Amino acid sequence: MALQLDTRGPATPAPRDTRPFRAGRLSRIDTKYSPYLYIAPFFVIFAIFGAWPLAYTFWVSLHDWDLLGSNPTFVGVDNYTQLLADSDFWHSVVNTLGIFVISTVPQLLLALWLANMLNRQLRLRTGWRMAVLVPNVTSTAAVAIVFGVLFGREFGMINWMLDLVGIDGIEWKSDRFASWVAISAMVDWRWTGYNALIFLAAMQAIPRDLYEAAAIDGANRARQFWTITVPLLKPTIIFCVIISTIGGLQLFTEPRLFHSGTNAIRGGPMRESQTMTMYMFENAFAPYYNFGYGSAVAWLLFALIAIVAAINVLIIRRLGAGARPDTGRRKGGSR
Amino acid sequence: MGIFPRHRLAAVALVATGALLATSGCGGGSEDAGDGTITLTVDVFGQLGYEQLYQQYMDANPGVKIVERGTGGNLDEYSPKLTQWLAAGKGAGDVVAIEEGLMVEYKANPDNFVNLLDHGAGELKGNFLEWKWNQGLTADGKQLIGLGTDVGGMAMCYRTDLFAQAGLPTDREEVSNLWPTWEDYITTGEKFKAANTGASFLDAATNTFNTIVLQTAGNAQGYHYYDTSDNLVVDSNPAVKQAWDTTMNIINAGLSGKYGSWSEEWVSAFKQAKFATIACPAWMTGVIEGNAGPEASGKWDIARVPGNGGNWGGSHLAVPRQSKNQEEAIKLIKFLTSAEGHIGAFKAKGPLPSSPQALDDPAITEATNAYFSEAPVGKIFGEGAKTLKPVYMGPKNQAVRTEVENAVRTVELGQRNPEQGWQDAITNAKKAAAK
Repeated sequence: MALQLDTRGPATPAPRDTRPFRAGRLSRIDTKYSPYLYIAPFFVIFAIFGAWPLAYTFWVSLHDWDLLGSNPTFVGVDNYTQLLADSDFWHSVVNTLGIFVISTVPQLLLALWLANMLNRQLRLRTGWRMAVLVPNVTSTAAVAIVFGVLFGREFGMINWMLDLVGIDGIEWKSDRFASWVAISAMVDWRWTGYNALIFLAAMQAIPRDLYEAAAIDGANRARQFWTITVPLLKPTIIFCVIISTIGGLQLFTEPRLFHSGTNAIRGGPMRESQTMTMYMFENAFAPYYNFGYGSAVAWLLFALIAIVAAINVLIIRRLGAGARPDTGRRKGGSR
Repeated sequence: MGIFPRHRLAAVALVATGALLATSGCGGGSEDAGDGTITLTVDVFGQLGYEQLYQQYMDANPGVKIVERGTGGNLDEYSPKLTQWLAAGKGAGDVVAIEEGLMVEYKANPDNFVNLLDHGAGELKGNFLEWKWNQGLTADGKQLIGLGTDVGGMAMCYRTDLFAQAGLPTDREEVSNLWPTWEDYITTGEKFKAANTGASFLDAATNTFNTIVLQTAGNAQGYHYYDTSDNLVVDSNPAVKQAWDTTMNIINAGLSGKYGSWSEEWVSAFKQAKFATIACPAWMTGVIEGNAGPEASGKWDIARVPGNGGNWGGSHLAVPRQSKNQEEAIKLIKFLTSAEGHIGAFKAKGPLPSSPQALDDPAITEATNAYFSEAPVGKIFGEGAKTLKPVYMGPKNQAVRTEVENAVRTVELGQRNPEQGWQDAITNAKKAAAK
C-alpha cells in the first residue's frame, strides 16, 4: 500500500507541467508493460511451439486425415469414439500405467534413500553426489540399446547370469510383465540419481536445529527421517511425482529402442510393452499413416496425464495431512 | 506435446539447433552452392550399391555433386521418414527409393512425385521387365512415379560349415536337390536338427513365411493379401492359408531359431553362426555379408529355393515434386536405372537387375560372389527373373503384412497355438486394413 501511495503522489500535480507529465507517463508505461515484455519471449515461444501444435493436433484429430492425402474429411468425434472402443489402445494404456507404477514407486523411494545417505557426512561427498547424476547425462538411446542387448533372450547378459544360478532364461521382450520390469529398470537407472539430487537439495534446506532438538528428545535416525525429513520434503516430493508422472506416461524412447528389428513400434509381438506414445506413433506414422487417429491418441494421452497428476496430488496431500500435526509439534518444540 | 517435457532445456537447445541448421542450409533437400554446382541428395534404405555409379556420374557431369543418405538403414525406419517429408512438403531428397510393398500407398497420392512420363521416360519402357514398369505406373496409366531398380529373385542361402558338421552335403547342386519342395526342406531340417550342431536350421519363421507366401501366390492367382480389385482376401485366399500351414509345419518341427528378423539378436545370430539356412532374395546376400562379417567369408553358399521361384522386394527410384532440381534428378535416376546402372549396383551389393538387357549381359550371367564360395549368383538369381510372376500389392499391404507376420511370430514364440495365431492374423489384418 505504502509503495502505491508513493508512486501516485508526484503524479497528481503533473497536469500543470508537461515535462514531468511526459516523463511520468513514460515511466508509468514502462513500469506497467515492460515486465510483460520481459517475460514475453517465453510466452511467444510457448504459443508457437506449445499452444499452437496443441490446438492444431486437436483440429487434426477431428478429421479422417491420411498423412499423404490431400483432402482430409471432417469426421467430428469419430476418431475418439473409435479409439475408446479400441482394445489395442486400452492395452497400451495399461502397459503405460503398469510401467509407470513399476518404475516410479521404487525410483522415488530409492532416490529418497540415496539423498538421505548423501546428506550425511561422507568422504568424497561431492564425488558421490556427482556420480549419481552420471546415468542421467548418458544418451537415452544409448542406454536403451545397451539394455536391449543386456535383456536379450539368447545372447543377453541377464539371462546368462540367471542361467549361472540355475534359473531358466526369461523372455524379456515377449513376456508382458518381464518387459515392463526390464523397461522400468532402464528408466530407474537414468532417473533415480536425478531425483535424489533434487531431494538432497531440499533436505539441505531443512534447518539443522530441528534434528538437534529431535536428537535431544531421544529420536533415532529413522524416526528423524520419517517425522522431520519426509514431511518437510512434501513440496519437493509432489514436484518429483508430477514430473515423473509426465515423463513416465510419455515414455517412448526406452520401450521403442528396447525392441529392435521389424516393426519394433508394436513393443513386442503381442504389444507386450507398447506404450501410449508408441501407439500414437504407430497410428499417425508407419504403418498406418492415419494422422487423425494418431492425434486423437495424443489428446487422450494429454487427458490421462492430467487425471493421473491430479490423483497424485490428492494422494500426496492426504499423506501429507497425516504428517502435518506431527511437524507442527516438532516446530513448536524447537522454538 | 513434446515427448520429453523433463528436458525443457534440451528442447530449447533442440529448437535452437534446428533453427541454426535450417538457416545454415543443412535442413535437407538440396541447395545451390555459389559456384553453380548442384547437390543432389539421394535417400535410400539398405544397400543399393550406387557409390561407384555416383562417382562415374559426377565425373561425367562436373556441375553435379551427389550425396546419399540412409545407406544401410532399415526400411521400417526409412518409410515413415519419407512419408513425413512428403507430408511436410520439405526435407525429402531429390531422389528417393521406394520399396515395392509401399509403392501402392505412394501411388495413391501421385502428386507428391514428378510424373516421369512428362519428362521423356515413356521411351524407356523396354528397359524394364513389364511388371516392374507397371508397378511404377498409377492405375489409370497416366502417371509414372518411379523407375525400377532391382527385383528380389529368390534362393536359399546356407552355411556349408554347419551342413558339413551335420553330415549333410555341402555342394550347392546336391543341396538344391535336397529340397525340391518345402516338405523336403522340413525333412532336411529334421536331419540337421537330429545332428545337434548347436545351431538352428533357419533364422526366423517370419522371413520364411514371407518367402513362401509370395512364391505360392505368384504361382497361383498372382495376389496374396489383397485381390487385384483391392478387396482384402487374407481369410479366403488359399495361397495365404497354404503358406501359413507350411510355416506352421516348420515351426512345429522345431527348426526355427526364433531370432526376430532385423533385430539385434538376429544380427548376433549371424555372427555366431546360430542358424544354417535363410530364405534369400537377391538383395539379402548383401545383408548376410554385412551381418555375418568378413570372418564368415567362404562359409556361405547359395542353393535353389524350395518350391518354385518367387519374388520378394525390389525398389523404384522417384523424384519428389518438392525437389528444387527436378531436371537434374530425373537425369540421375535415368542413369541409375539404365542397364549399366543395374549392372553396377549388382556388382557392388547384389540387388538383381529389373532390366532384361542387364539380365542377359555376361556381366550378370557370369557373375560369381566370392563371399558365397564363388556361387554363380548371376545364374542362380537371374535364371528365373525374366519369367518371374509378380504378386499384386494392395493399398494397406504393409500394415496387413505386418499383422500376419506378427501372428507367425506369436506362434513361433509359443504365445499362441497355430489355430489361435491364424484367427489373430485374420482379425488383426482386417482391423489394419480398415484403419
